[in-house]
Amino acid sequence: MQNDNQPTRREALKCMSAWAGTGLLWSLVGGIPKAFAAGDAAGEAAMKAAGGTFSFAQVSDTHIGFNKQANPEPLKTLGEAILRINAARPGFVLHTGDISHLSKPEEFDTAAEALKGLTAPVHYVPGEHDTLDEGGGKLFLERYGKGTKGNGWYSFDDHGVHFVALVNVFNLAPGREANLGADQIKWLEDDLTAVSTSTPVVVFTHIPLWTVYQPWGWGTDDGAQAIALLKKFGSVTVLNGHIHQVIQKVEGNITFHTARATAYPQPAPGAAANPGPMVVPPEKLRSYLGVTTVAAAQGVPSLKLNDSTLEGA
Amino acid sequence: MKYLLPACCLLCFALGLPALADAPAKNTVEIHDFKFAPGTLTVHVGDSVTWINRDQTPHTVADADKTFRSAALDTDDKFTHAYTKTGTYKYFCTMHPQMTGTVTVLP
Repeated sequence: MQNDNQPTRREALKCMSAWAGTGLLWSLVGGIPKAFAAGDAAGEAAMKAAGGTFSFAQVSDTHIGFNKQANPEPLKTLGEAILRINAARPGFVLHTGDISHLSKPEEFDTAAEALKGLTAPVHYVPGEHDTLDEGGGKLFLERYGKGTKGNGWYSFDDHGVHFVALVNVFNLAPGREANLGADQIKWLEDDLTAVSTSTPVVVFTHIPLWTVYQPWGWGTDDGAQAIALLKKFGSVTVLNGHIHQVIQKVEGNITFHTARATAYPQPAPGAAANPGPMVVPPEKLRSYLGVTTVAAAQGVPSLKLNDSTLEGA
Repeated sequence: MKYLLPACCLLCFALGLPALADAPAKNTVEIHDFKFAPGTLTVHVGDSVTWINRDQTPHTVADADKTFRSAALDTDDKFTHAYTKTGTYKYFCTMHPQMTGTVTVLP
């Protein structure tokens, strides 16, 4: 539990409103992730002018198979998100989980077929909706777990940035929040040993590593242990999904950032009786859904994040 | 009015309907607003408990000691488990582990 770090509802809402209406494009400018709103032409131009930049995108919570009132057509909105991401020409895409809604083979098939529309390669982590098969996540790991450790965690380097995929949706215990587990934390410690502290680090996972809202379980029990291992690095960006809305927190050199879903919105922390799908007027739906892009430039330690909605797609 | 109420009850009884339309069936746990209701339930050995999901998001029902786990329960899906031994059994939703409940099984 990270009650010390838990934002009050007011703080969380303040944070939310500050970021509402944007979609994120991640950009690494000289090594520092920076976000700029999709459609922020000035930001994109500045990024290009800086030279030596690369960008990647984040898509999350596609929930293929969902068919309720909050969005009867999640495949359609995923298609719109894909067009948006392709237009930003990212080097690769991070999918931060809940690919499927019920872990059915046909849902994974449909999602995979749709995600083939992305022109860039995709790196995945599972969400808890991807572990609902009889094997408790076996279908996800068969499809996406090749070459990964444990229940699907791994790392890779790109353009001088170290990327770490963490998995916090397995072996959840009654009464607790999400869980990384001792094995994964040990692996993370070993993995980071070889990384210089001046290297920008991007961690991506499904459920927030920090406690966004404890009553709804929006946090990771042992997330603080992972965060402690990241504190020595000059630039750390932690990206996740799960809560279907943009919330950002900066703590020292670590930026925590949650992405919108492409499937359906969820209420702000504590703003509804439960965190389930939030029904909004159909004409407003796309203003609640979106993607994130991140721009980076080698030699610059911060990344530039940009959240963009599917509105006007 | 004095005579209408008994007549109505009699009719319900005759049709095999519960007296109150929304009264939960015996040994049924409703899942609503990410909570199990009732959160504690007492049954007897051999009784079955049925969980029904009323949320717009899927849930599971899993014994805390891993003796059983339901498949994903989408909206209005049900899961039934028969308790065959006395004891106090904690269960939870593996997707939203803060959702917990208890079944006490008496002889």
